[in-house]
Amino acid sequence: METTPWESELTERLRRVFGEQILEFASYLGQNFLVARPEAVVPILQYLRDEVGFDYLVDVTAVDYPEREERFDLIYIVYSFSRNERIRIKTRIREGFEPQTATVVHPTANWLEREVYDMFGIRFAQHPDMRRILLPDDWEGHPLRKDYNILDMDNRWVKDNLGIESGQ
Amino acid sequence: MPEATFLDANELILNMGPQHPSTHGVLRVILKLDGEKILGTECVIGYLHRGVEKIGENRTYAMFAPYVDRMDYVAAVSNGLGYCLAVEKLLNVEAPPRAQAVRVILTELNRIASHLLWLGTHALDIGAITPLFYVMREREEILNIFEAYCGARLTTHAFRIGGLQYEVYEGMEKQVKAFCKMFLPRVDEYEELLTENRIWKDRLVGVGVLTAEQCKQYGVTGPMLRAAGVKWDIRKAQPYSGYEKYDFEIPTRTNGDTYDRYIVRIQEMRQSVRMIEQAVDDIPEGPIMAKVGKVIKPPVGEAYVSIEAPKGELGYFIVSDGSTQPYRVRVRPPSFVNLQALDTMARGGLVADIVAIIGTIDIVLGEIDR
Repeated sequence: METTPWESELTERLRRVFGEQILEFASYLGQNFLVARPEAVVPILQYLRDEVGFDYLVDVTAVDYPEREERFDLIYIVYSFSRNERIRIKTRIREGFEPQTATVVHPTANWLEREVYDMFGIRFAQHPDMRRILLPDDWEGHPLRKDYNILDMDNRWVKDNLGIESGQ
Repeated sequence: MPEATFLDANELILNMGPQHPSTHGVLRVILKLDGEKILGTECVIGYLHRGVEKIGENRTYAMFAPYVDRMDYVAAVSNGLGYCLAVEKLLNVEAPPRAQAVRVILTELNRIASHLLWLGTHALDIGAITPLFYVMREREEILNIFEAYCGARLTTHAFRIGGLQYEVYEGMEKQVKAFCKMFLPRVDEYEELLTENRIWKDRLVGVGVLTAEQCKQYGVTGPMLRAAGVKWDIRKAQPYSGYEKYDFEIPTRTNGDTYDRYIVRIQEMRQSVRMIEQAVDDIPEGPIMAKVGKVIKPPVGEAYVSIEAPKGELGYFIVSDGSTQPYRVRVRPPSFVNLQALDTMARGGLVADIVAIIGTIDIVLGEIDR
């Protein structure tokens, strides 16, 4: 991704407050994002909400890169009504790491984080209700991981339930 | 545990759905009741989960486009527009002006269709049967326009990445204008039936209140946010597809209750007609497709693009690894996020209100479960 640096009054402020915790400020296709250490994400969200006015958490999602040591990208999108600005906060976490929940800052993170858990198996620490949300409770695996093979799933289902080879 | 009442009544758990006509699909709500009073709710969702995001990773960009129509199936055109805009953003191309104007016309028609269906079913849930027949009559006209344009009525797949697949058909302008002319008096008709209707007001006023502050906390967008007094609409805040060219208002109300949300949606239909009339009068000449290769291969990167769908902010976050298939497609569905506020709205209310509150969120389960 060919990003350009993101410099503004906001990045100055964040740099002053969080220093080393924020690894990168960048911009791609005119959309600004920052990369932070996992522990810093919730404090950054809190700061952005209380001091800058980013009071609307648009989305929480993840991307899986199985070949990377820090396997998952966790992405928070926040928007500010007063500034009419949308930014992304990205962090990288390894398998098994439990990031802090953002529900204390934005209650809407509740379901969004449950969906991330459901689809990627990332558990959020201190989340009030860390259960699957879309899939049944006894579902095996986390479908949006790259190593979750839909063809294998289908073959296994056919074999278990119909007793034949699916031939796919 | 709830506080004991003077009768020392036990907490009652009541299951509503998934097969219940007024949950608009397959939503299951577990209600905790103390007599008629709601102590809490819990939504169980996922019955319609088809793994749309996983499918997206296993299809090329163009192949995935029809799938997005099947999320919010009553506003398929909006879904398609959001997806096309997101891929166009990654490709760094913009649809030509002619395509943008037609996109606005069809998307606004679809907004009206979506609001009409909402109005009919919401009124039906509350016990007013007549509006359903009225709104279906008008919605039919819109679906006829879609059918004439692209051959499909519900899951339209009207747009292509980079513009439009089809030129406007002969007589489309005339048909759309005729619809607009016919439709505005019809909105007055709905209002005559409902707005000052005493039963309607008794059932809606002060029910399911969400303040502006709560809306922001729960990420609630769309008509629900505007009914709480926040004048925010992505079409104005961050215009896309040429919306900045059209003159329209953002209707808002202040109480944030079910009645205000009804008024906001009614007003939005009028504003949509206003936009359609401006757009259809002035469809620019020119090509309908931007220069997009036969094989769509966006460069490595990621983008989040959101539009104002009939139900709120519909966002697409797409990560490209430079191949012909998206590395990750994330859909930020408005209904999913809005539904989360159900508990806040219903708590402390009466069990009879839960139907009105589910109706007022305007959920489509296809979009919530994906």
